[in-house]
Amino acid sequence: MKKILEHIEQVNKSGRKALSIFLTTGFPEKENFVELATTVLDSGADMLEIGIPFSDPLADGPVIQASSQAALENGITLKDVFYYCDKISVKTDKPLILMGYANPILKYGIKNFCKDAQSSGVSGLIVPDVPLEEYESFYADDFKNFEKILLTTPTSSDERIKAIDQQSEGFVYCVSVTGTTGIKSNFDENVLKNLERTYSLVNKNKMLIGFGIANAENIKTFAPYCDGVIVGSAVIKKISEAKSFSEVGEFVKSLSAACAK
Amino acid sequence: MKTQTAYNFPDANGKFGIYGGKFVPETLISALDELEKLYRAARQEKEFQDELDLLQREYNGRPTPLTFAKRLTDHYGKAKIYLKREDLCHTGAHKLNNALGQILLAKKLGKTRIIAETGAGQHGVATATVCAKFGLECVVYMGEVDIERQKLNVFRMKMLGAEVIPVKSGSKTLKDATNEAIRDWVTNVSDTHYIIGSVVGPHPYPMIVRDFQSVIGAETKEQIKSFENRLPDYVVACVGGGSNAIGIFYPFIDDENVKLIGVEAAGYGLDSGKHCATLTLGEPGVFQGMKTYLLQDANGQISAVHSISAGLDYPGVGPEHSLLKDIERVKYASVTDNEALDATLQLSKLEGILPALETAHAIAYLNKLMPTTNKDELVAVNISGRGDKDLNTIISQIGEKVL
Repeated sequence: MKKILEHIEQVNKSGRKALSIFLTTGFPEKENFVELATTVLDSGADMLEIGIPFSDPLADGPVIQASSQAALENGITLKDVFYYCDKISVKTDKPLILMGYANPILKYGIKNFCKDAQSSGVSGLIVPDVPLEEYESFYADDFKNFEKILLTTPTSSDERIKAIDQQSEGFVYCVSVTGTTGIKSNFDENVLKNLERTYSLVNKNKMLIGFGIANAENIKTFAPYCDGVIVGSAVIKKISEAKSFSEVGEFVKSLSAACAK
Repeated sequence: MKTQTAYNFPDANGKFGIYGGKFVPETLISALDELEKLYRAARQEKEFQDELDLLQREYNGRPTPLTFAKRLTDHYGKAKIYLKREDLCHTGAHKLNNALGQILLAKKLGKTRIIAETGAGQHGVATATVCAKFGLECVVYMGEVDIERQKLNVFRMKMLGAEVIPVKSGSKTLKDATNEAIRDWVTNVSDTHYIIGSVVGPHPYPMIVRDFQSVIGAETKEQIKSFENRLPDYVVACVGGGSNAIGIFYPFIDDENVKLIGVEAAGYGLDSGKHCATLTLGEPGVFQGMKTYLLQDANGQISAVHSISAGLDYPGVGPEHSLLKDIERVKYASVTDNEALDATLQLSKLEGILPALETAHAIAYLNKLMPTTNKDELVAVNISGRGDKDLNTIISQIGEKVL
């Protein structure tokens, strides 16, 4: 398994911010999902967050909700998620991170989940409904081989951000704004002040900024306050609208270019 | 029954045994912490308690009566049946007990905007009512399916000045309205307080809503003692999220001889796959901020559920009920849509009380319970709300039976 932290360090050493792209498993279609993932990686994504679809994604805005619903209608289960991760991981040296809500993981069984995630080449996990308070109750020892990524938000106190930095592995996922996932595109002074504050408090880990990033311009705005960025809804929206995967690839290339100094 | 030496939940981590907790996005943690701290301080304050007591008495109409149901008792010829009349609360259901408490907390928190979810519309109406009384902005999320079947309550909320936002996602019912309310709160947490309507969601909500609702059980206890000089043998209440049930059960939990029975919605029947009998057929999982019993599919996706009563149409249940089931302190049973409809007519004709369809589930269970009781026993049933709001549904389902 590739270590996420080491990978981000390498990317940063080459003079770039790391670019993580979120894809909902099996969206828009099951059949060519591996092709889509490969296109995104070949277009300059440094790692992939593979979304596990859930019926009630309460941290997500309309775009990812719709993709999650479509994936469920395409019949995607965790077994499929592992199948695709396996197919993707053999084609790349870049890390794969699973992002999903607690319940499908619990239902699959922690032991089975960890075994299957490991054998399909998954490096890390992001579970947005498991905050610091539930870390111990959720992350059993079985998860020890995964980098478990925690989130900070503008409402997190300085003390909390430090505690999250201590507990998090791989990187700290800094949520740019209060709210659900989705395209925001304009960020006021308070948003940037908070990013600056958070970045100064995250010392053990690398820090990636996510939520709301729409385009290359946003990435340039955020670049001074992070080691990388995460783009989800904007890519999912592009996938929904694009006539071909190469259009998606072009969009990812524009994001990747913005990550270079 | 396994006995508990000291029932004292939730614990410091907001857990009821293994249930409950705070399974929410990081954004909400600071608001939940602030709410818990403020609430724990407020409940010790005489001033806060006095203000709430005055509102409960002079605005809500508490204490509500405990009515001896003579003809219903004669009908079964067994134990004596008493009805706790939450249907006589202002706005027509127990929901105002909680909304009044929480609006005082919102004021103390300095929040200017209130959001709520609603299924049957009773909690939405209660929230819109307290917002009107205290002059706060009110936004209520309601599933499109529920808007259709509870039109009267939608109109009431609008008259009270609330904005009702139709929820089109998922099953378009209570669970989806709750998701949307949580998403709103995540976005607007700085000026907004979320008044959750049941004993569900992340800690401290299940505790706060329980405490505000437990006035039901505390009154019932005093009232039945004054009539009968003793405690009841059975206390029966319907369970969706479980707030009216916890409200009447909680003050009796340490009284081991009082049998507590929660009645869930079996919809078209337990084997139909279309029901909301979460504690009867569900299994533990994590949903909407809490670990609790859930109705889910083989892949951990939350199930589409069904009940004729919008207020019980929910795939989860309050985490404290999950604990009370596991420690066998409360027995959970279920009745079908049709049994509830029959009970609606029965209580109307025998006692002159038209119950809400939710409440009718508790009444319907008497058909199963009463034959097992004796004449010298006492049964208390929580009449959680009145049924005027359900007339459209009742007419469409059993209109010809009535005419």
